[in-house]
Amino acid sequence: MPLLLLGIIGKTKAAFAGRVGPPLLQPYFDVIKLLRKGSVFSRTTTWVFKAGPVVGLVTALFAATLMPLGGHLAPISFEGDLVLFAYLLGLGRFFTVVAALDTGSSFEGMGGAREVTFSCLTEPALFFGLIVLTRLSGSLSLSTMIGSGLGQAWYHGGASLVLVAASLFIVLLAETCRIPVDDPNTHLELTMIHEVMVLDHGGPALGLIHYAAALKLFVLGAIVVRIAVPYGGNLWVGWGVFALGMVLLAVLIGVVESTMARLRMAQVPILLVAACLLSAFGVVLVAR
Amino acid sequence: MNEWLVIAGTVLAAASGVPSVFERREGGRGERVAAQLMVLGALCAITGASLAIARPSTGIDLGWSVPGGRFAVRVDGISALFVIQTFVVSALGVVYGLDYWKQAAHPRDGRKLRLFYGFMTAGMVLLACARNTMLFMVGWEIMALAAFLTLTSQDDQRSVRQVGYVYMAATRLATLSLFAMFAVLFSATGSFDFAIAVPISGSASTAIFLLAIIGFGLKAGVMPMHVWLPGAHASAPSHVSALMSGVLIKMGIYGLVRVCSFFPHPPLWWGELVLALGVGSGVLGVAFAIGQHDFKRLLAYHSVENIGIIYMGIGVALLGRSLGNGALVALGLGGALLHVWNHGLFKSLLFLSAGSVLHATHTREIDELGGLGKRMPWSSLGFLVGAVAICGLPPLNGFVSELLVYLGLFKSAALPQGRLWLAGALGAPALALIGALALACFVKVYGAMFLGEPRTHYAQGASESPGSMLGPMGVLAGLCVLVGLLPWLVAPVLDRVVHSWAAEFAGAQSLAVLAPLSWVSLVGALLVVGLLAGALLVRRNLRRQAPTQTGTWDCGYVAPGPTMQYSSSSFAQTLVGLFSWALRPKVTNPDTRGLFPPHDAFTSHVDDVVLDSILIPAAEAGTRAARRLKWVQRGSMQAYLLYILLTLIVLFFWR
Repeated sequence: MPLLLLGIIGKTKAAFAGRVGPPLLQPYFDVIKLLRKGSVFSRTTTWVFKAGPVVGLVTALFAATLMPLGGHLAPISFEGDLVLFAYLLGLGRFFTVVAALDTGSSFEGMGGAREVTFSCLTEPALFFGLIVLTRLSGSLSLSTMIGSGLGQAWYHGGASLVLVAASLFIVLLAETCRIPVDDPNTHLELTMIHEVMVLDHGGPALGLIHYAAALKLFVLGAIVVRIAVPYGGNLWVGWGVFALGMVLLAVLIGVVESTMARLRMAQVPILLVAACLLSAFGVVLVAR
Repeated sequence: MNEWLVIAGTVLAAASGVPSVFERREGGRGERVAAQLMVLGALCAITGASLAIARPSTGIDLGWSVPGGRFAVRVDGISALFVIQTFVVSALGVVYGLDYWKQAAHPRDGRKLRLFYGFMTAGMVLLACARNTMLFMVGWEIMALAAFLTLTSQDDQRSVRQVGYVYMAATRLATLSLFAMFAVLFSATGSFDFAIAVPISGSASTAIFLLAIIGFGLKAGVMPMHVWLPGAHASAPSHVSALMSGVLIKMGIYGLVRVCSFFPHPPLWWGELVLALGVGSGVLGVAFAIGQHDFKRLLAYHSVENIGIIYMGIGVALLGRSLGNGALVALGLGGALLHVWNHGLFKSLLFLSAGSVLHATHTREIDELGGLGKRMPWSSLGFLVGAVAICGLPPLNGFVSELLVYLGLFKSAALPQGRLWLAGALGAPALALIGALALACFVKVYGAMFLGEPRTHYAQGASESPGSMLGPMGVLAGLCVLVGLLPWLVAPVLDRVVHSWAAEFAGAQSLAVLAPLSWVSLVGALLVVGLLAGALLVRRNLRRQAPTQTGTWDCGYVAPGPTMQYSSSSFAQTLVGLFSWALRPKVTNPDTRGLFPPHDAFTSHVDDVVLDSILIPAAEAGTRAARRLKWVQRGSMQAYLLYILLTLIVLFFWR
């Protein structure tokens, strides 16, 4: 499903532009094609460059196993797994950026610098949001925090959940490098974040990176969707509601991308600080 | 028995540098004897301390002719943790020093360094085991003075002497406030022993706590009392930096933890103050680190950051003790002391790897390096392991201790009581910010030093260090992985520590129950397996289809040179800008107007705000004011005798 989200976003954007657009399954075709291709490595690089995509994908997969989808228990779930979730994504980020720096290209260094700088602002926003969920659910496990008791939580702290959902949506846009923070389709290396970091990766490595990025979009999106649609009833209906929510989320991202322009680099921190403040207000609201 | 083993190890450590004093300047036998003695002492003391954890004893208590002093030594859980850590880092540092600070290459200061390195180790162990104020202060002073003499090894350099003066001033001030603190403790309890039997009154306990915060905070280097730390760690020989950063500053933590254990009912504001100091120290420490160009100075600021994380854990434990909440005490103190231990491992590893780079390139400037990963693969791997661990990333040890502190913070955020939830609600996002900033910083320094192409001839000609330097790094890296993958091994030790800190929670839950340590172990192992499987798949794929080798994609530029790589300063620029309110970076922008602008350069420099903008101007003003009193110091014996006589007469007429 992760790659399908990219396809939906693409279709939405095409619809806004009045085009037919690539088929829904195009991202799958792209990744499969990339995985079949040969590799090109720069003479500057070392093993770190090859390790980057692998670490990125494996950490994203593990992060996904911690995520309760559709309100059901995640395969791996324990008290405190929310910290593991955030830090697994951190490990992936560490190696993606280090792999970018391994090429010695100043463009990739620039992308890496932006990635780590902006993540310094999204992490506190994410943790403020997690504090709200902890306080509402009384649990430190993602499976309970955004599990079946979430409907009850809406009753007690609906206002702060709205704020947290908005804040996490901004975090999602920033972490997955979407407009208004980053433009995945831009042509100019100087203005890119994620895409410029992986300029030198090609073939199978690039395929892994694309899949890991889609997976990251999927797991972060799953939190937002769960908070927004806290259905906690029948198992199959729950799955259906969740899948529908994810599709709507992808459409929403497509709408945001079609109707907004990318912010200037200097303005991105302002947006992200706003996200932090939104979820901090959420914390204040549950304090009563 | 346990205590005697530790004492034997301490004596061996103190004696380790003595034989080489009687040797010729260029002789190499003394350094080998020193290493053997220190390793022997370490084995002895570590055995003793491990036995003490397994079977606590009542300790040794002998008389001593010093007034109020007793030779009272006991190794409880807290002491054992610090003793083991001291000896692990110290023994590995001596082995590392065999090639790093060869006597033949440093005939002038090698013997002095070894002598006082041994004394410093012995002093730290003594103070960590002492159960009497006098004995504690003896250990403390041996440590403080020996540290001064080792860190000023290269005292022929002006900058090293200056750093030494700042350290000396800081450590004197720390000792002064500790004297005051123990005096208050004596007047409140009537005893110089650590076994507190009588309850301490409110105002006395407030005074003791505040003096402990200053005295031990100066040694631990918590912001804003960190002023001596960056310079001292940068100027000392690298294995001394490792010992200072990994262990010596933790003696401040030991003292604070020990003194806080005297108070069964600390007021809430104690925990809040320690937590706030921790948050400030953590965030600003890492922010200052990001602005540095000298890699040892950068690592030193990360010590300030990690001390902040440890303070956050102690703050949570104090809050838990105020409320009688055993879970918070166990998670906070367990997290803090596990982080003490972990930081000792990964920071020593980082300093030893950095020393290896310094040894090979003779520069501490990050932006003069680059491409060392190919020239020094093992040092590079050691630094990478240390970097991943210090960022608190799974599956290494830093993650485990940060997880415990996080759990403590989240648990206090979920508490309904009054203002307490606020501590957790602000603390956890602050810790997340610290983690993200540390990641940015270590990506920067690892990338700029070890990856890409060499920027100058310093890096171009580097070669790998000898095995005696790589071996200790390998041991430290192995321990980082071990604690990261098998954290449940340390849970019983930490339980013992918590029990010796707060006896009232002796029957409370174990950390193995409170924290998901077996889950961390499982996920860590799965992660390693997953990464290895991924690596094998990639390798097989590459073997099937040989990769093409080419240059880095240069976006159409004709001749990109190594100096055009993204430097560490450019990498950090945005973050330094975001924190400019605290860092006050000094930036000179090049003037590039007109068609043919002249040659110009961009520079950016982050000084230590507290030291360079507040303390040094204040000290200079004080010196100017003191000049007015200069006439008192006449330099003639008669005048001084007159002063003494006048003082005596005034004292006679006092009452």
